[in-house]
Amino acid sequence: MDWSWVATYWPDFISGIWITIQLMVLSLIMGMTLAVPIGLVQVTGPRVLSWLALGFCTVIRGTPLLIQLWLIYYGLGSLFPYMEGIRSSFLWPILREAFPYAIFAFTLSVAGYAGEVMRAGFAGVPRGELEAARAMGMRPFTVLRRIWLPRAVQNVLPTLANECVFTLKSTPLAATITVFDVFGVSTMVRQETYKIYEPLLFVAGIYILMTGVIVLIFRWIESRVPRPTMGGA
Amino acid sequence: MLTVDLLLQAKPSGLEWLSLSPPGWGKNMLVGLLSTVQIALGAYALGTTIGLLGALGKMHGGPILRGILEVYTTIIRAVPELVLILLIYYAGTDFLNRTLEAFGYPPLDISGLAAGIFVIGFVMGAYATEVLRGAIASIPIGQIEAAKAYGMTFSQRFRRIIIPAMIPLALPGMANLWLIVTKDTALLSVVGFTELATVTKQAAGTTREYLTFYIAAASLYLALTLVSNVFFRWLERRYRRGQAKPV
Repeated sequence: MDWSWVATYWPDFISGIWITIQLMVLSLIMGMTLAVPIGLVQVTGPRVLSWLALGFCTVIRGTPLLIQLWLIYYGLGSLFPYMEGIRSSFLWPILREAFPYAIFAFTLSVAGYAGEVMRAGFAGVPRGELEAARAMGMRPFTVLRRIWLPRAVQNVLPTLANECVFTLKSTPLAATITVFDVFGVSTMVRQETYKIYEPLLFVAGIYILMTGVIVLIFRWIESRVPRPTMGGA
Repeated sequence: MLTVDLLLQAKPSGLEWLSLSPPGWGKNMLVGLLSTVQIALGAYALGTTIGLLGALGKMHGGPILRGILEVYTTIIRAVPELVLILLIYYAGTDFLNRTLEAFGYPPLDISGLAAGIFVIGFVMGAYATEVLRGAIASIPIGQIEAAKAYGMTFSQRFRRIIIPAMIPLALPGMANLWLIVTKDTALLSVVGFTELATVTKQAAGTTREYLTFYIAAASLYLALTLVSNVFFRWLERRYRRGQAKPV
């Protein structure tokens, strides 16, 4: 085993880690935001929206993320150049990059998986609490903002850490569409140094560390959030 | 736009690309789906076996075996599948060939099917270990004590009590793992195994009909998932017969 290349390539790994964090955090934030309405309409209806949301979750969860990513990057990406005027528009510099496609694909994926989780979270809030809120004269949106959403989030909090680790572990797929995340950097190092194992082991270690940090952060958050028990908080 | 239209007229368009006879790629895609299913079935069998042994090792093994299994399940679950597949693929074939060389045999050209099954199965084994350990741990202790009281040996208890009592508890988790395994096979395209994702990549790259082929591949994977869902629902109903309904 020869690790001398680390001295040359560590700045690339730092920037790769930064890209990986961006991929993970951005798609988690946007995906979770989408997951709230996707989960909610499956509990409240209207029927049409609920079917649409269920269909979306089924398709996202039933197909490999790699295929979704390639469908979006190569499929959608191959349509844009033919659209009138898009090359001269302000959007073109964004649509030319691979990074936004990766964010878009990962966001949809998070929304699909977390939408299912949020559905269970919304459904798990006791009816009595919602009825009490309505009896107090709250309008539907106020009920959602003050009672339903916070209680649903509290219900699903333990699964959120898993969701984050799951998203972190899907980010290296972005390297297959030329995004230089930390896995992409390790691939580059392997090609330039002709080493097979060391860069792979190195990047595996980085992922283990990042997973550990996520687990620790969530343990800290969970210790600070009041548990949904009688009499507590 | 005009040039694009002219180009499209000369070539098959849209669904014609998916026809079963050339220039359609339909047949290649179905063959790809078949090898995806083969790899997934093999990997699932291997993963379940590893999982069963791993679960027993974690519950009954000595401190060293338990430590090794703990490292195995923790690392596999913390590292992205893509990285693991590359690592196990290169390290596995390299290790095998070096061992063969040491014993004076020529290096072996490992078939894509066997390597794919081994790689995915080894990864799935870690998840299956946790699922099955949880299922075995939640068998009511009285059932096992009763079997001991009857004088059954460990292998008898395992065959007659633990396995049948565990299956309904493990089924939801194991069904989930099957879906994960079928989707993970797509990652094998990164090391160039011929399965559905690789064929799709080739078809889309050759014809430049990216949207058509990726949507077709996604539909095939989705169909596989939906069929599996029906099967597992039937299996779960079958194994839950005679059990109290969850409240």
